[in-house]
Amino acid sequence: MMVPVHYYLVLSALIFVIGVAGVIIRRNLIIILMSIELMLNAVNLTFIAFARAQGSMDGQVIVFFVMTIAAAEAVIGLAIIIALYRHRQTLDPEEMHLLKW
Amino acid sequence: MNVEVLGFFFLAALMVSFSLLVILVRNPVHSALALVAALFVMAILFLNLDAPMVAALQILVYAGAVMVLFLFVIMLLNPASVEPSLPVWRGVVCAACALLMLALIALLMSGPDQAEALHPSSVGAGFGSPEALGETLFNDFVLPFEIASVLLLVAIIGAVALARRVSE
Repeated sequence: MMVPVHYYLVLSALIFVIGVAGVIIRRNLIIILMSIELMLNAVNLTFIAFARAQGSMDGQVIVFFVMTIAAAEAVIGLAIIIALYRHRQTLDPEEMHLLKW
Repeated sequence: MNVEVLGFFFLAALMVSFSLLVILVRNPVHSALALVAALFVMAILFLNLDAPMVAALQILVYAGAVMVLFLFVIMLLNPASVEPSLPVWRGVVCAACALLMLALIALLMSGPDQAEALHPSSVGAGFGSPEALGETLFNDFVLPFEIASVLLLVAIIGAVALARRVSE
């Protein structure tokens, strides 16, 4: 591998931060879920890069599990969004403050 | 600066710009399409890292199944495209954090290069193949695998229960 592993780590950090920024600055629940997917992907990239660097398959198996969890998370998150939208006709998280003190 | 590093920089630039598109574009459908593109670029990065099986899964599961789900929900809800604009302080906080992050990366990259020991120049044949992945999965990770299947079942039932129209 000619590309040093820390290049991948920096790219992964950048993508993770973009995901965090999306969660902070957007006010649309669907886009916030997509930003979370971005963050999970950034973490996957780190796992794959380290698996390659260490010559071990364990990192790739962990990525397999992360994908499973991410799919389950997306399904449940979208179902919750649909249920919320039926009740409130909005996707703005700022409007959902029933449990907020 | 050889071809591989140049290729990596090209892919990295694509990845970062698609990710930025995801969070900056107003229309949720465009956002979702940018995310699909970003996931494809990520799959190419996985291929470069000798993980062909994970790259295939990435395209099948993420770019295929999950993103279709997102697009369906966007179409179902058809959310009003007038998203309230962002409070100024949040933008300022984000910009400040981005600057700090870039400074940190510059600091890290300027330090002594200790990463050389981390990457062997080659891995054995079959690294990242479905056989190797399956062997590790079913030898060392059997219990997590079974738990994942239960988790998926719970997710299916939960999604159906949540999204079901409540009968009177």
